[in-house]
Amino acid sequence: MQVKLTINLCLMLLAILMCTESKAEYGDVLLNNFSEASGMKPVVFPHWFHRIRYTCKVCHADLGFELKSGANRIKMIDILEGQFCGNCHNGELAWGSENCDLCHSGIADGETHIERSHLQKLLDTKIEQMQKAPE
Amino acid sequence: MPAKQSKLISGLLMICALFYGCQPLQSKSNDTVIADSTDQQQASPQESIETNTKSLTDNATQPVKKTFSSANKFNRLLKNKHTLNNSLSEDGIHDPNNPVTAILQSPHEAFASLPRAKSGNSVDWVKALESEMIKPRSDLYDPELKPLVMDLNIIREVKGSMPDVVFPHKQHTQILDCTNCHPSIFIPQKGANKMSMAKNLMGEMCGVCHGKVAFPLSRCTSCHSKKKPSREIKETKWKWP
Repeated sequence: MQVKLTINLCLMLLAILMCTESKAEYGDVLLNNFSEASGMKPVVFPHWFHRIRYTCKVCHADLGFELKSGANRIKMIDILEGQFCGNCHNGELAWGSENCDLCHSGIADGETHIERSHLQKLLDTKIEQMQKAPE
Repeated sequence: MPAKQSKLISGLLMICALFYGCQPLQSKSNDTVIADSTDQQQASPQESIETNTKSLTDNATQPVKKTFSSANKFNRLLKNKHTLNNSLSEDGIHDPNNPVTAILQSPHEAFASLPRAKSGNSVDWVKALESEMIKPRSDLYDPELKPLVMDLNIIREVKGSMPDVVFPHKQHTQILDCTNCHPSIFIPQKGANKMSMAKNLMGEMCGVCHGKVAFPLSRCTSCHSKKKPSREIKETKWKWP
């Protein structure tokens, strides 16, 4: 009994020691326009990963992505036809659309937003204030 | 009796656990506090507690060090507390139950060799590009195609006391196309764009990228970089009437 308790508590202690402040990377986009409504997890788009490999212009001028999160209304059928992400994610330049979980890897119930953007921070504080304020 | 004992032990351990857990968090939130606590910050949480107890016991023999009240504990430089993530599954945006996330590259791994910055991705992307540490393609199919770079600095005079803004076309055209900004965001005409920091903050004008994916607005002097000409004080010579 005591041994079990102590083991459990030691595990708890370890967990608390290990816990660190975790944050998503600056510029990560969570896309949930259609995903969860169609039974898939939201999509995480890491800007940092793509900008190491391609300049902004390739996607935002040549491929026609809007400069606003969620404004592109990307549907899976477009990607399969080779539009938007499908320009590269076709199994030749980058992984193909059969690897669902690699893109659809976001947290459940996430809203479309850019991680750690100024506007998002403002919105978050506003929401907090609204929740705190008595009606 | 054993049940009571175990309860007591568990309670004590809980308190210990909480104490252990709180230590690293405290040292994190007070990055730039007082010289006294710097040793504790560098040491691992366990060590820091050891030093704590030591200092308590040594107090009797050694001269008492100055201690400050918690009123002095404030992150006055508002330093960025962001640390690089080791694993994507713990970053709060990826689904932790998705085993495939482990395949993806983590920013920690990617940014290890890149020049550091204090905010944003913690990477100085302009430096990384100019020193060719990263070589992003500017065309999807042609890896050799080079971007059309225009070297033209636009100086925007600022009404307030901040230094004037220098907009370098060079760094922007290295990665962007003219059509990204002109004419939808900025009208390519002198004096046609009325800008303000409020607009930038709300995600318009420069804020379309800066504060979302490009370096954040907290890096004031990266844009406000040209000193204003100092005001001349006119000397009026007094003349004998």
